[in-house]
This record gives sequence, C-alpha cells and structure tokens, in this order.
Amino acid sequence: FPWFGLDIGGTLVKLVYFEPKDITAEEEEEEVENLKSIRKYLTSNVAYGATGIRDVHPYPPSSRDSAGSEGIFLALIRNPSDPCVLLEYSPFLPFFPPQIGDLQLCKLDELDCLIKGVLYIDSVGFNGHSECYYFENPTDAERCQKLPFNLENPYPLLLVNIGSGVSILAVYSKDNYKRVTGTSLGGGTFFGLCCLLTGCSTFEEALEMASQGDSTKVDKLVRDIYGGDYERFGLPGWAVASSFGNMMSKEKRESVSKEDLAKATLITITNNIGSIARMCALNE
Amino acid sequence: MAERGGRGSGGHGSLDKSITLPPDEIFRNLENAKRFAIDIGGSLTKLAYYSTVQHKVARVRSFDHSGKDIENEPLYEISVQEEITARLHFIKFENTYIETCLDFIKDHLVNTETKVIKATGGGAYKFKDLIEKKLGLKVDKEDVMTCLIKGCNFVLRNIPHEVFAYQKDSDTEFRFQTNHPNIFPYLLVNIGSGVSMVKVETEDKFEWIGGSSIGGGTFWGLGALLTKTKKFDELLQLASKGQHTNVDMLVKDVYGGACHTLGLSGNLIASSFGKSTTADKEFSKEDMAKSLLHMISNDIGQLACLYAKLHSLDKIYFGGFFIRGHPVTMRTISYSINYFSKGEVQALFLRHEGYLGAIGAFLKGAEQDNPNQYSWGENYAGSSGLMSTSPDVYPLQRTRSGTFDMLEMDRLERPLVNLPLLKDPSTYIPDTVDLTDDAMARKYWLTCFEEALDGVAKRAAASQPDSVDALERAEKFRQKYWNKLQTLRQQPFAYGTLTVRSLLDTREHCLNEFNFPDPYSKVKQKENGIALKCFQSVIESLDSLGWEERQFALVKGLLAGNVFDWGAKAVSDVLESEPQFGFEEAKSKLQERPWLEDSYSQWLERLKEGPPHKCALIFADNSGIDIILGVFPFVRELLSRGTEVILACNSGPALNDVTYSESLIVTERIAAMDPIIQSALREEKLLLVQTGSSSPCLDLSRLDKGLAVLVRERKTDLVIIEGMGRAIHTNYQAALKCESLKLAVIKNSWLAERLGGKIFSVIFKYEVPCK
Repeated sequence: FPWFGLDIGGTLVKLVYFEPKDITAEEEEEEVENLKSIRKYLTSNVAYGATGIRDVHPYPPSSRDSAGSEGIFLALIRNPSDPCVLLEYSPFLPFFPPQIGDLQLCKLDELDCLIKGVLYIDSVGFNGHSECYYFENPTDAERCQKLPFNLENPYPLLLVNIGSGVSILAVYSKDNYKRVTGTSLGGGTFFGLCCLLTGCSTFEEALEMASQGDSTKVDKLVRDIYGGDYERFGLPGWAVASSFGNMMSKEKRESVSKEDLAKATLITITNNIGSIARMCALNE
Repeated sequence: MAERGGRGSGGHGSLDKSITLPPDEIFRNLENAKRFAIDIGGSLTKLAYYSTVQHKVARVRSFDHSGKDIENEPLYEISVQEEITARLHFIKFENTYIETCLDFIKDHLVNTETKVIKATGGGAYKFKDLIEKKLGLKVDKEDVMTCLIKGCNFVLRNIPHEVFAYQKDSDTEFRFQTNHPNIFPYLLVNIGSGVSMVKVETEDKFEWIGGSSIGGGTFWGLGALLTKTKKFDELLQLASKGQHTNVDMLVKDVYGGACHTLGLSGNLIASSFGKSTTADKEFSKEDMAKSLLHMISNDIGQLACLYAKLHSLDKIYFGGFFIRGHPVTMRTISYSINYFSKGEVQALFLRHEGYLGAIGAFLKGAEQDNPNQYSWGENYAGSSGLMSTSPDVYPLQRTRSGTFDMLEMDRLERPLVNLPLLKDPSTYIPDTVDLTDDAMARKYWLTCFEEALDGVAKRAAASQPDSVDALERAEKFRQKYWNKLQTLRQQPFAYGTLTVRSLLDTREHCLNEFNFPDPYSKVKQKENGIALKCFQSVIESLDSLGWEERQFALVKGLLAGNVFDWGAKAVSDVLESEPQFGFEEAKSKLQERPWLEDSYSQWLERLKEGPPHKCALIFADNSGIDIILGVFPFVRELLSRGTEVILACNSGPALNDVTYSESLIVTERIAAMDPIIQSALREEKLLLVQTGSSSPCLDLSRLDKGLAVLVRERKTDLVIIEGMGRAIHTNYQAALKCESLKLAVIKNSWLAERLGGKIFSVIFKYEVPCK
C-alpha cells in the first residue's frame, strides 16, 4: 500500500493521503512508529505549518484504493514548491527522514499520473457522480449553466493541465497520449502578475480580487477602437481587442482599481489558454 | 493648458507643438501633392501622398549634319530638360506631432484639386474632426484590414529586400529574401495593440482567421503598470537590458534540470512571471520588461504557428510596428515559430511593417490611377533606413529619424519583369557579395566609396559650369551621401542587403536628388566622338585578320574597351591625367592569357563547331571606346555569322555608362559608315532596347518588359554581359537557361587580389547550361 501520493509542481505541492477505514488491529500493530505519528498528525489537523492546509471539502467520504481497501482520501496542498525547502520543512520533515528504511519515494511519470488521475476522479468508483462539467451558454450571464459532462467515452480528448505553466496533452486511449504543446502563460503568470500589480500575497486573494473587478476598464475592447462591432470580421464590440490596452494611457492607469487589474489578468490568461487549446484541438 | 514636456503616450490633449526638425525636409514636394492618405494608430501616424518631382534630365539629340562639316562639330547635342516624374511619399511620426504636421501641410499645400483624404486605423475616428478642420479635406474612412493587405502585397511586390528572416547568433542577423514571383498564399500577423491573423490568398481574397488580445497594447499597458515607464520605445530599451530568468520560472526551476519525460529543455520558460509570486521581493524594471516581451512574443509566435498549421501556410509575415527591428522581439518570435512548427514555418519580417496600412489606404484612393500597373522603386536618397529603436546604440540617427521616418518610392516609367532566360527566378540573387555578411569586404567598399566621394562631387559640380548653385548642390550631395555611408557602417542592413550595387544606386539617387542627372554627359559626348573617328580603321584591321586571329582580336577589343570606366578610381585617375590614353594603351594593360577566369578556348570551339546562335542579347557597359570600338565590332561579327543581336543599354544615366538614347545616335552614325550594321538595322536583325534601369549594375529580375518580350520573340540563345558592375559585382553567379558570356576587366586591385589576381586581370566566363 502506498498511502501517500505527492505531486510537486512549480508553485504548489499536492499530497494525497489514503486513510483506510477497514484496517484491522493486527495491521495497525505492524505499522512502524513513525507512520502512526504521521497518520495521527494528518488526521487530527486541518492546517499544517504556515501555509499547508487540508482541503476543506474532503474527497469522497468513502472510497477504495487500488487494492480495494475502503478508506478516505485526504488532500493537502501547500506552499512553497521548492522541494529542497520542502524536505527540510516541518511538517513534512517526518515523512522523509533518510533513516527510515521502509519508506521510499517512488518516482512516477508525471503525465501518466495526470491522466490516471483525471480518469479516476471521474470514475463511478470514485464518488458516484460526474466530476467533469461544462458551461452552457457561457457568453450569456443569465442563461449560463454549469452542467455535468459524461466522460464515459472520453477518447480522444485534449487535456489542458493548468499549473504554474500549461501543458496540453492529446489522449487517444488510457495509455496512448502525447504532449502536444504548452504555454508559459498559466497559473503562475496570473498569480505572479497579480502580486506585482496588486501587492496581493496569496492565490486565493488574487482570485477574490479578480472576482470583484471590471476588466473592461483595463482592456481595450473592439468597440473602443471601432466604436462598435467590427462587422467585416464578425468581431463583436465587447470582445477584447488588446489586453491591458487601455493602460497605455496615463489617465486610465490612474483610474483603475487593483481588482480591475486582477480581473484583467485572469481574463487575459484564461482567454489565451482557451485560444491555444481550441487551436490544438482543431489541429489534432 | 499644454503640459510642458508632456509627450504622454496616451491622450492627445498634450500635443507637442515644437518640431525640432526642419519639416520641409520631411514633408517634401508638398506643392504638387495630391491623393492624401493617413493611417492613425494608437501611437503613430503614417501619412502618405502622391506628388510629382520636377528634376533635370540630360537629353541627347542628333544634329542635322547634312551638308555640314562634321569634323569639328560635337557628335550630338546635350540639353538639360525638366522632367516630371511621380513619387510616393510616406512619413511616419508620433501622434503627438499630428497637429503641427497638419498645420505645416496646410500651409504648403498648393494643389487645390484634392478634396478627400483617405483615412484608416483606429485613430482615424478620434482625429477625424481635427483633420477635416485643419486640412479642409473630407475624411473618407477605409477598412483597416483591406488597407493592410493591399499595403503588404504592394511592398512584397515592389520593394527589393523588403522581407527578411532573423537569425540569432549569426554574423548576418538579417537574412533578406529575394522577391518571389508568387507571393501568395501567406499568413499576415498584424501586431497592433492586439493581434490579427489574416490568411491572404490572392490580391483581393483574404480572410481573418483569428486573433489574440495579447499584443503591442498589452506590452505597452502592462509594461507601463509594472515599470512606470511611459513610452513604448523606452520599454523596449528596458527589455533589452533585462534578464527574464529572474522573473520567469524555467523548466529547470521546476524539475531541477531538463525534463526528459516531457522532452523539454531546462531553459524553456515553464511559467511567465512564475517567480514573482511573492509580495515581498522587488524585481527590476528591466527584468520585468524583458519577461513581458518574451511572454508576448512567444505567445504571438505560438498562435501564429497554430493558425499557419491549421491553414497549411508556410510563410508568416509580421506587420504592425510592434517589432520595430527590435532584436529581442524578432529573436523570440523566430525562436517560438521555429520551436512550435519544428522548423516547418518561417517567420518573416518586413522593413516597412509600420507603413502597410498607409500604403493600402493610399492605393485605395489612387485606384483610378491604377498604381499596380506600374513598377516602383525605393528611393534610397529620400528614405530612412531600418532603424533599431535603441537610442543607446545609434544616437546619431536617433535624433533625426527616430521621431520621423520616411519612405519614398519613384514610379518607374516602364514596368519591370524577370529576364525570361533566368534559370530559376525564385532563387536568383543579382549580387555576388553580400556586404552585410562579409565584414571585410564591407569595410573595404565603404572606405572605397568614401574616398571616391570628393572626386564625384567635384565632377558633378564641373558638369554644370553654367549653374550658379552647382557647387552648393554638389556639397549637399556630398554631405547626404556621406551620411548614408556612415549609417551603413553602423547598420549595414538599413536598406536591405548591402551590396556594391546598392552603394552605387544610392549614390545615383543622391546625385539625382540634387539635380545632377548626368555628371558624365560631356565626357561621354567627347569620348563617343573620338571613338567614332577610329571605328573604320579598327574594322579594317580586324577584317585583315584570319578567322581565328580575328575572334581573339574581337574579344581583346571588347575587354580593352571595358577598361574605359570612370567608375573605377584606378582608371579615372589615368583618364584625368592622360587625356590621350587610347585603345592601344588599354590593350597593353590587359593581362596575358591564361586569364584569371579563362574559358576562351571553349568559346572559340563553340564558334568553330556549333551552329550560329539564333539571337544574342548584349548588355553594354561604358560609352565611347567600349561601346564603339569594343562592342560594335563584336556585334558586327555576330551579325555576319547570321546571329541576330539585341543590344540593351540603360534607360537612364549612371556614371559613363552608355544610355539608350546615346546608343541610338551612336548606332545611326556607325550604320552610316558600315553596310553590315546598316542592313541589320534595316532588316531588324540588330535591335536596340532599354534595360529599364539607371544603375551601373544589373538586376536581371527587374528588366524592362519590352526587352523581355523581345528576348522571348527572338528566341534568344546567348546572353553577353559586359563590365565589372554587371558581370562581377552582379550576375557573376547568375545561372541562365541558355549559353552566356560574362566578361570584364578587374579595375580594382583589392577585388583582383581577392579573386587571386592583379589589377587589369581578365574575367572571361563562358557557360553552357547543363542539360
């Protein structure tokens, strides 16, 4: 049983811990002392150290691991991502002391794990309802609806993994996939630019600000240039012509709020990811 | 409430009233200007107009000699006449100057026929009232994209070396492309404040296939927020000094090395601005600007590549004045395109990227004049070169051209086309040595042209003894050409690939600019007269020789004639000091066989064994002894063999090269003495044509259409190119579909040494195309 899954990304470290329910007293006896203390540490806390937190919505109340044992997944995320810092840093320190011989780091292929993970969390065995969703009428705020999407026959699919940067994978079957492309404009860019532009310090803070801002004060829209729609190319007036384009003007720079800037950053990055993903889907 | 020094980037409330430059040097030829067009972008205004230029041309006219003593009369009359030619002017300046510029134009505009000004660009809406009020012209708006595409097609067709690829870490960072006969299809990526991707299939058929909001405006807007730097060029400046790795998270920062599982190199950017995800660290302006420029250029490159792939396009042109010749941007875009397309798609940049919209708007307005039916040529004298925007690197040019940039194009009287006999027009490169590439040759030739400049200016002044301001104009010419040479020393790529031809052409343009249309007209007149007097005796002595001896004497005559070149300093020094230096003296200067390049035996063999050629096309070089005692006896021999001859001379003057109009008079006089020439003229077996060029060199891809038609009609199977300019500096390596003969005498010791010989070495290159 590997009970821990650890993913060290560019910005965040993600840890999943499997808490078996059906563990027998005998099995519990076999555990080494360290493991017991780790388990106790993980299950009795929701915050770890300065920035580690436990996912407030625990993964499905009851799941089975790959061996069929029933248990609970606990997901943790934490900052910062530098693995060296991480290893020296409480509270993960007890996980990897080199003297513990029976606890090994088993390195797995990143993309394999990614695809397995996507398929797993959407599987019925996970929590019984669909993890995948989409928005209907995304351009119409009134009619926009979040709807589940059935992943029963998923292939071929394009997997856009947005971490600090973005990787785009074309998946043809469970084990036939390739990395199509990627972009450096990802979560790290959003967060990095927000820190510089607004002085925020957490990702959540950046997202919160973005949700309150108005990006049209920051961006130059098609109608700002053409006075309306640009009919010849079928571009609606509300489309963004130039991200941050209004910020060329001094007066406008002085009149925008931090929230507006955060929102514009989010819109810029997400539009760009959407655009690249769409082109990849068409090309593949 | 004008803000002092407030040359702010944004609002036009703070227009700059003080032009520090003499506007009459910028808005030239306004008196006859008509058909105005204006393209107002977010920060720059591009103005276009059509005007006529009156300049002097030297004309030659044959005297009526009947019943007169012709011995003491000059051969023909030279008169200087005013000629009117058409020229297009394009000027680019910052929006802050717009009011001052409009005022200046209004004050100098004489032509009152103009009622409308074509306008395009986002700013056309904003400035509509100002333009209508200032100029009293009705603003007629044109679609931005249509203008852009029209402009792009126009520059791709008409400006040699318009297009270049950017190569990092190579001696020649700018790889200029030859104009491909078929420019379609291509992807135009126009980077304005946003980015538009347009697929262009024919002159009129194009389609907007996508775009991105991350463009020039993002760089400027976001850059201004991050660095508090207000101006676009200053942001670029900052970027060129920064280190993006301080701000960007690289693949190796994430994986601790190259990521083998993903096949990514460790130096790739994993996350732009990924290292700035902290509130408590300061980042330098330079680093942030660099990171931003990388982010945007990479993103544009990636999207452009995806669109190109989806539409199966392999050429991407970038327009829109975001790039501005800035190396970091071009390098990143090129790298990105190459990386994402795995080398299948080529990123191509344009020297005049900023002018496309204005050119297109102008063309829309000038449709009734049908500008596309003409050929146009870039006027090197009146155009600014491609500048780096970096004031640190080029402070000298920056003061003058950084704010105002100009492009002038002359309408050529006749359309220019490819020589039909070129083996592969798409790969033909006229020039033998690329001086942007070859630093040693560049240094030599620039110095050579600098050293010859005083002499040229002196001769120009002396050619117009009756003109009161000749000295003053000659000095202005000297100054202008000197400045061009200095620009080229620092930026060899300013006007495309630097070559001996472009240096010569630039000099001719500058001479014309100051009304020295033909400084050598009198020299040519005199030399033609002297040579004509010797014609008969030369023919007699040739006719007295046996066949084989005569063939050699003819070739030797052709070569000796070619020594008389005022363009070569070694020769012009001799000619200035020894006026009696003649044909026989020249022959004695020639290198003995075997020559430096010597396929004479093959040529002789061909004459002996093969059937006579159907028709020979000869590109003549100098007037005087060269054409009369060198070329004509050779032509006469070809005619006697039953070969028709097309004799091509320059349309306009260049150095002492024989012009078409001079060749008409000379031929007429020879015909009067020689029955073979006479009957050939009468039977149209000897045809005189013009090349369409006024250059001492020869570009076989831009020749007069009439010449091309004739070459095809007469089934020309032999091309003879004579002289250093036409056969060495250009066309030495040109491959033709038919037999060719390239011959010249090297009258420059540096060049001779470089080719492994001495001064007055002979090149005799006879080539037969492989089957």
